[in-house]
Amino acid sequence: MDRVLTLTAALLQPLLLLAAAPLLVAWIRRVKARLQNRRGAPLLTPYRELRKLLGKEAVVARTASPLFRIAPYVVFAATLLAAAALPVLSTLLPGARVADAIALIGLLGLARIMLTLAGLDAGTPFGGMGASREMLVTTFAEPALLLVVFTLAMTTHTTNLASMAASTLAGDSVLRPSYMFALAALLLVGVAECGRIPVDNPSTHLELTMIHEGMLLEYSGRHLALMEWAAQLKLALFAVLTVDLFMPWGLATRLTPLTLLGALAALVLKLAALGALLAVSETVLAKMRLFRVPGFLAMAFLLALLGLFAHVILESAL
Amino acid sequence: MNFSALPLLDQAVLVLAAMALFSAFALLAQSRLLSAIHVFAWQGALVAAVAALTGAASGDVNLYISAAITFVLKVLLIPWMLHRLVRRLALERQADPLSYPALTLLAGAAIVVFADWVAAPVAQFEHSATRNVIAISLAIVLLGMLTMVVRRQALAQVLGFMAMENGLFLAAVASTHGMPLVVELGVAFDVLVAMVLFGVFFLQIKDSIDTLDIDRLSQLASSVEQDDDTEPPR
Repeated sequence: MDRVLTLTAALLQPLLLLAAAPLLVAWIRRVKARLQNRRGAPLLTPYRELRKLLGKEAVVARTASPLFRIAPYVVFAATLLAAAALPVLSTLLPGARVADAIALIGLLGLARIMLTLAGLDAGTPFGGMGASREMLVTTFAEPALLLVVFTLAMTTHTTNLASMAASTLAGDSVLRPSYMFALAALLLVGVAECGRIPVDNPSTHLELTMIHEGMLLEYSGRHLALMEWAAQLKLALFAVLTVDLFMPWGLATRLTPLTLLGALAALVLKLAALGALLAVSETVLAKMRLFRVPGFLAMAFLLALLGLFAHVILESAL
Repeated sequence: MNFSALPLLDQAVLVLAAMALFSAFALLAQSRLLSAIHVFAWQGALVAAVAALTGAASGDVNLYISAAITFVLKVLLIPWMLHRLVRRLALERQADPLSYPALTLLAGAAIVVFADWVAAPVAQFEHSATRNVIAISLAIVLLGMLTMVVRRQALAQVLGFMAMENGLFLAAVASTHGMPLVVELGVAFDVLVAMVLFGVFFLQIKDSIDTLDIDRLSQLASSVEQDDDTEPPR
């Protein structure tokens, strides 16, 4: 009985994240609008957009290969699978035994490869440009992300995200310099990976500077809906990853209705705070030139590396 | 002994020391002079905070005094003088990007590893909880030296020099709970006098050869000769 309960919870967690992802995006847009003295769209707008796109006919370019049709499903499925490795509400996660943090990064990498291939596939200049830029960003972002995971793994002695969160929960409150650096690095990498300002602008199709939108330019209908939804899920995934690794307080360690409800409330609060933080940073920062992005991500890499050093020098030799 | 078993004050000291290390990297990579001066001021503030916290942990009043001296000198007075100098030399908008940023940062990372390796035997003899800060402060000293090596702008080199002094102070505070107050006062005034001298010196250089770019200073002799050849003496 207990086993069945755990399995259901594990299956429901990524679906919950999937359902909540558009809401997080809407919340960020709303806060941004308020900061710019606009009223902003209702919180349900992203859901309506998805429904509208799902109902429309998907137009595929004559030059496109079958890969172009498969890509949205692969991207969506890989992102959803990656979300299944995350403890969203409870640390009891059978899926985490199969997929740890490194597998999560690998799944995101698979999604990205399909996305860039699809961007190249139709043969339009914008798609190719977006794809090459995405690869530029990835080359710098992925090593930094891995270093963040390694830094935390050295403290928690596991790469399993659920056990990481559980061990942070079980420990006393500690000021760890390595965690501080890793958090800063993860925030920078998250901004770059999710294509937010200052690396990419998610709300424009007009500029020659677009990265993610450039790759999606040829998509329409249900394909576009899946791609958009996957991007929203990825943002939510990174937000939950940050929350899980650095502030897991409130996560349920036992499966009772009360603890789950508490975990849900804590999660909503933390994600709302993180989203508001992102909205503020997007309001005060301007998008940077593409050629400054490697510098931005080199800083993230340096921070992650310093986290590693701080662990070795300051924390482990005691 | 586990890190989480340390008292919270010692943990805070370690966190601040790690942040000071990061500021040394920021000083290395920051190409704008004014921002670099701000980074230097932050580093001074962090080092002063380490001194104050160590004082609070050990109950040593001398450390409060040296923290206060550091704060006044490194956070307020020297950055203010540097600011004034930058304004008088009209260098506010001057950017001095590194020639090989990635390589420089990698060298910085290698320096941290090296410092840890060098400091490991030293740290074994110490019994203070903050002994590992020795490695960090050695890294800050070496990073300051690296800043002086890779920077072309004379003022940025001065910042590297001052950062080295910050690293030494950090090492003294963390390993032996500060130097004797007399020594500390001497060092503080040394740094201040050095700053004043640097200021006068830079104004003179700027007056006579119109640049503070170190690369051009080596061409001094040849360019003067050329000037003599092409222009009639005034």
